[in-house]
Amino acid sequence: MTDQAYNFAYLDEQTKRMLRRALLKALAVPGYQVPFASREMPMPYGWGTGGVQVTAACLTPVDRLKVIDQGADDTTNAVSIRRFFQRTSGVAVTEATAEATIIQTRHRIPEQPLSEGQILVYQVPIPEPLRFLEPRETETRKMHELEEYGLMHVKLYEDIARHGEVSTAYAYPVKVEGRYVMDPSPIPKFDNPKLNDSPAIQLFGAGRECRIYALPPFTKVVSLDFDDHPFQASKAEHNCDLCGCGTSYLDEVITDDQGSRMFVCSDTDFCATRQAEGHRGRLSPEAA
Amino acid sequence: MYVAVKGGERAIDAAHAWLAEERRGDLAIAELSIAQIREQLALAVNRVMAEGSLYDPDLAALAIKQARGDLIEAVFLIRAYRTTLPRFTASTPVDTASMTVDRRVSATFKDLPGGQILGPTFDYTHRLLDFALMAEGEAPAAPRSPAIGEAVPHVTELLDQDGLIEAEPFSDLTPRDLTREPLELPADRALRLQALARADEGFTLALAYSTQRGYGRTHAFVGELRIGRVAVEVELPELGFAVEIGEIELTECESVNQFKGSKIEPPQFTRGYGLVLGQSERKSISMSLVDRALRWKELGEDNIGAPAQDEEFVLSHCDNIQATGFLEHIKLPHYVDFQAELELVRRLRAEAIAAQKPEDAA
Repeated sequence: MTDQAYNFAYLDEQTKRMLRRALLKALAVPGYQVPFASREMPMPYGWGTGGVQVTAACLTPVDRLKVIDQGADDTTNAVSIRRFFQRTSGVAVTEATAEATIIQTRHRIPEQPLSEGQILVYQVPIPEPLRFLEPRETETRKMHELEEYGLMHVKLYEDIARHGEVSTAYAYPVKVEGRYVMDPSPIPKFDNPKLNDSPAIQLFGAGRECRIYALPPFTKVVSLDFDDHPFQASKAEHNCDLCGCGTSYLDEVITDDQGSRMFVCSDTDFCATRQAEGHRGRLSPEAA
Repeated sequence: MYVAVKGGERAIDAAHAWLAEERRGDLAIAELSIAQIREQLALAVNRVMAEGSLYDPDLAALAIKQARGDLIEAVFLIRAYRTTLPRFTASTPVDTASMTVDRRVSATFKDLPGGQILGPTFDYTHRLLDFALMAEGEAPAAPRSPAIGEAVPHVTELLDQDGLIEAEPFSDLTPRDLTREPLELPADRALRLQALARADEGFTLALAYSTQRGYGRTHAFVGELRIGRVAVEVELPELGFAVEIGEIELTECESVNQFKGSKIEPPQFTRGYGLVLGQSERKSISMSLVDRALRWKELGEDNIGAPAQDEEFVLSHCDNIQATGFLEHIKLPHYVDFQAELELVRRLRAEAIAAQKPEDAA
């Protein structure tokens, strides 16, 4: 049911125009953080207001929307955002990755490769990859302008010197088309390779920080590393206990007070599809 | 046996229903009306209007009721509503010199044109619980006297006549609008004041207090504090003159700060300014102190590294709706990131333990 008290997809058309201009600029300069006049949304800052505004600016009545959080369609915040758009735009929704025209996500990229014509909208808490090295926005903008990324390389080097590897497990920084260092949002670094050369449009919205950035289709995205310490996407060394998949990103679930654990795909649509196709894991009802 | 976690939708519906029930409380107790909140919790209503940046006492009262008295949640409701409102026009600047004052005090002069008017203040009350209020008795009527009708000029105007206070150059520039443009730094004073006017009262108070305790000391006195109603006027292009469309209540504080002079300015008094919707005295005084502390650069003072002198720090953290949203978002699921960290810590631990083994053996 559409809520008639508000414009299609909640935002007024002037605001959408402002957002679309920022999105076009972001697509024209991949990886560059475009300031935009973020609006107060009816959900809290930090809960996806940037992604929601980007999705609202992209939605048309014929779209089919998928919303995931931690890879799952049924986590509470994904449910809440999906409902928001059902209520304010009346668009069709889906859980099937392949059927969605717009996918809003928090912390994951779907396992199933995206295709041309799809839009992936990321919710971003802190858009600035240099933020925890330099707290001042006035400084970090200058560093991007001058392509001054030495501080980041020093940080990565120090990690390796101290721990033998880069101790960043998620929100692992990338370089876009050889120019801007970009925060891919807090996706696990397992997902980083999927950013590169994707046929889909990837849009990033940070509402509280008033920044939008983007990756147009088929953009070169490289995770920062060193020749002698190449980037490695990592995941739990297990197979999914429900669908048996050995290549998907897994959530670890504690199943009793003895510390027993199981591993399941974080991408619920991917896992359910595989189970429906007859794949079985260690703890599938038939297998157990 | 693990069952895939489903049922987010049902859980949300149930939580909302429970919340609605809790909000109402005991059904045997009469329900609060919006008018009761507006009239009897007026200072809470004022705070919600000020930090929500929307002057509408009824809506603020509704928000307080809906938020179960959580004022930041109420501010959030007002902000989210405000952002959907179309913007027809901007008013002409309000003239606080012609304010109909309910309260007007100066700490710098014993008496002055327009007089000192205490107004309805807590200031000289003894903070003793008034148990008579538990008995729900009628309030005694306050004595009245006719309005004096005398002009109430700003104290700083009087100081300005003698050149004792820094001149405030007149500007007709349209200020930047924080609600329609992203915050870009450095900010000018108008933008800083705009941000502070809607800033969290507690944060502003703490910053102002820190300047008094030496973290960016500004030697402030309340030159003048005034609370009252001003007319809001709008220029109608068809008519060619301004028309009054209503009245709002404002609290204005001008602090007067001792200043020994700097490389670029002679000794004189300097200004801090606070203007807040409604009767919000603590907030407006705090705002004027923070404003003054933030002006160190234009006055050629030293930056001693105090938080209240740091424009980027103050403006980036003063909004309680941004702050509370981001703070509370860590309640949201983070299993994916946590899982990635878990793998990393396990691997690093395994490597560290393996690295120790040969030494132990040796």
